Amino acid sequence: MPASVNETLESVVIRFAGDSGDGMQLTGSQFTNTSALLGNDLATFPDFPAEIRAPIGTVAGVSGFQVHFGSTRIYTPGDSCDVLVVMNVAALKSNLRNLKKGGTIIANTDGFDAKNMRLAGVADDKNPLEDGSLEGYDVKKLDITKITRAALTDSGLGVKEIDRCKNMFVLGLIYWMYHRPMENTIAFIESKFKKNPAVAEANIKVLKAGWNYGETTEAFSSRYEVSKAKMDKGVYRGITGNTATTYGLIAASVKSALPLFLGSYPITPASDILHELSKYKNFGIKTFQAEDEIAAIASAIGAAFGGSLAITTSSGPGVALKTEAIGLATVLELPLVIVNVQRGGPSTGLPTKTEQADLLQAFYGRNGECPVAVVAAQSPTDCFDAAFEACRIALEHMVPVFLLTDGYIANGSEPWKFPSTADLPAITVSHSKPEDKKGDKFLPYERDEKLSRPWAVPGTKGLEHRIGGLEKQNGTGNISYDPANHEFMVKLRAEKIERIANYIPDQQLDNGPEKGDLLILGWGGTYGALKTATRDLLAEGYSVAHAHLRHLNPFPKNLGSILGNYKQVLIPELNSGQLIKIIRDKYFVDAKGFNKVQGLPFTTIELKNKIKELIGNN
Amino acid sequence: MTLETSVNEKKLTSKDFVSDQEVRWCPGCGDYSILKQVQTVMPDLGRAREEFVFISGIGCSSRFPYYMETFGMHSIHGRATAIASGLKAARPDLSVWIVSGDGDSLSIGGNHTIHLLRRNFDVNMLVFNNQIYGLTKGQYSPTSEAGKITKSTPMGSIDHPFNPAALALGADGTFVARSMDRDPKHLQAILKRAYEHKGTSFVEIYQNCNVFNDGAFEIFTEKSSKKLETLFVEQGKPLVFGENNDKGIKLDGFKPIIVNLNEGHSANELWVHDETDQVKANILARFFDSPEKEGHLPRPFGVFYTEQRACYEDMMTHQLEEASAKGADLDKLIAGRETWVVN
Repeated sequence: MPASVNETLESVVIRFAGDSGDGMQLTGSQFTNTSALLGNDLATFPDFPAEIRAPIGTVAGVSGFQVHFGSTRIYTPGDSCDVLVVMNVAALKSNLRNLKKGGTIIANTDGFDAKNMRLAGVADDKNPLEDGSLEGYDVKKLDITKITRAALTDSGLGVKEIDRCKNMFVLGLIYWMYHRPMENTIAFIESKFKKNPAVAEANIKVLKAGWNYGETTEAFSSRYEVSKAKMDKGVYRGITGNTATTYGLIAASVKSALPLFLGSYPITPASDILHELSKYKNFGIKTFQAEDEIAAIASAIGAAFGGSLAITTSSGPGVALKTEAIGLATVLELPLVIVNVQRGGPSTGLPTKTEQADLLQAFYGRNGECPVAVVAAQSPTDCFDAAFEACRIALEHMVPVFLLTDGYIANGSEPWKFPSTADLPAITVSHSKPEDKKGDKFLPYERDEKLSRPWAVPGTKGLEHRIGGLEKQNGTGNISYDPANHEFMVKLRAEKIERIANYIPDQQLDNGPEKGDLLILGWGGTYGALKTATRDLLAEGYSVAHAHLRHLNPFPKNLGSILGNYKQVLIPELNSGQLIKIIRDKYFVDAKGFNKVQGLPFTTIELKNKIKELIGNN
Repeated sequence: MTLETSVNEKKLTSKDFVSDQEVRWCPGCGDYSILKQVQTVMPDLGRAREEFVFISGIGCSSRFPYYMETFGMHSIHGRATAIASGLKAARPDLSVWIVSGDGDSLSIGGNHTIHLLRRNFDVNMLVFNNQIYGLTKGQYSPTSEAGKITKSTPMGSIDHPFNPAALALGADGTFVARSMDRDPKHLQAILKRAYEHKGTSFVEIYQNCNVFNDGAFEIFTEKSSKKLETLFVEQGKPLVFGENNDKGIKLDGFKPIIVNLNEGHSANELWVHDETDQVKANILARFFDSPEKEGHLPRPFGVFYTEQRACYEDMMTHQLEEASAKGADLDKLIAGRETWVVN
């Protein structure tokens, strides 16, 4: 047995890439779970094609999964990978740019035959495994298909079923390389194929074969240790952003003691919230898959009128269709949470890629002057808190609230030190009661100190009233065409949103000095990249700070004074500059933008370069 | 007995359903009659006033909720059906009424209408059909007859019109009826039937727009022609019409033909209305000839079709009840199946 060399690493990024049918998502998530159980901090990101079943072997059909794990705190899935696993030539072609110089390639040679070369559009004489183009990389070539088939000759399974086990070979090998135990995955396989023990046995056999291949083959001489990360004490689980959003909504339903109603229409990348919520009917949750995006929000408005915690979930194109109904909810002054899991636009755009380009849509995308509250989630786990906060604002202030997440954090996952529900804040909300009627007329548009109106639900004796989209007279809620009343109501609806600032916490700095050369102001899913860049730059001695906005409308009251404490303000966004427009408009700050519109997250390195350039120029 | 309970027990009257808002339809509009008939039947339905909700979209008809002293919402164009679906799903205990027009329910809101019908929420949908766009001042609607000259069709409409009753049947509506603004007794009876039906009750109401499409249904509503041009169907009764109830409809295979009872035909030969017969209901709803056509069939009114089919909100409630056996522990949900401890 060859002696393997052990090396200790602080963090590693592995990218699994193969055909859609190669099971790379499963391989990646199994590796992730095992690493989490070992105590690494980590972040993951799946990168899958928009087509469900693109032709096998083509570049369009490549599905990837990146995991970044380490013994330090990890905030992003990593700029580029240390190890790239490719099941075919198409996977190599589309993912090589993600590999670090000198990185390791583990290639399934069977996926580099003439047929695969043709399907991937690579010329016969340009096989990258043969033509020297991979010089400088550490290339491990092995025929995974052949080894898998050999391991399962006596399994009694068909070739198709046997070939489906290939991904377990990869997983076993990577487990060996990084000293990960197989028990967790074995238990997973046994449970997944409970009804088909032959398939379970085959997968486990191939998993072990992968491990043994590493152990016995000289090609793999190095193994790596990645120790536990220093994480806050507590109980953890792994969670994706969309699941965390779901739990945040359910928690708000429980804490407000209101039944949750979801009106939704399937759309990438938001559908998982609909799927998840549909599972929890035991919490009294009603999910309604409507006939279209408009009916989805309209049904939610109906449920809100009836007294439910009403939610609608979508992505940009769907939100565009909901626009008119959001205006209605604004004038009706009913609580409603609109979740936009942003993706690349305009139009159908890039359904499976991320972008932050719907901020101005959330702010301004309606007819008339129609302000709504806007909150954003910054990471997969933060989706829980952001969803809970969106519901709290909607219910306590009787307003529609936009919750902005994005495809990157919605599908990404990370360890979550989840809260105990006893520690979650209460959401104070009550429907009007018959005795709330003063005098002989019930006033549906009477105001409290938040400027919110009573929530009198049908079925409440004596509180019969009519609401609608025509301009309302304040107090009575009657139709009013009075010019002065209209101006009053437009201003009142804006002031109502502004006053939410009295009920949200002050903006905190995430990191860095209270005064300094440069403030990085971010929002949404760029948090991990900005946090990592700030940490690195502070370590290098730069005077930079990072603040990340949860509340975008209204902003926290102290935001203006924070902006004034730095010589420069940088606002990096995955759009052409949207938050920056609002900040410049509101605070007259000469903020600089750093923008990327490629359907991809920021890399730490590009952020650091930009910040160094700005500070250097000053 | 305290004064309060005696007040509570007082039977409501139609006046109790009149709101304090001034009715603003054009004088002579057919909507007035429909409003009156709805307010008249409400007290007889045996429910507390606060349990009624009227939801409308946009259009002249959609001002309706403002005039009802019940809960109500005047929403946006075409979406009343979708809003009512959400409300009924969330609150099966309420009596939900949708008030809509031909444009609102069949044009901009056509999609939601068919989906409401197939899901069969237990709501009542009143479609005021005046074959014109009134609120936008006189463009043709999806029920306007072909060739109609309007502001947007100066050379005549080239749109083929919808037959709302046939459309509702095609969408698997479980209660499909037609009535008219000018026949208060019939309209009241149909409204009661609609309320009593468990499922989506689709009621098309011929309504005169005396400003932009005056007399569109005159031939069916005016005394001089009504008896000859209309056919009022009743459960278990033969299809008879005519000046002296002397004409009848019989089926020749699937083809309806008019027979003259004075010319040797007896009532025994006639088609007897069976509102649970879907095939016959489809034939009946297709009595849609222009009254100008030679040998045309009379226009039917009444309940064309009704069936009992499970309602969406009941099935939803059932699933929730079934799931509730699992219990609902939020901490357990959040923790999930796989956790680890960092010490």
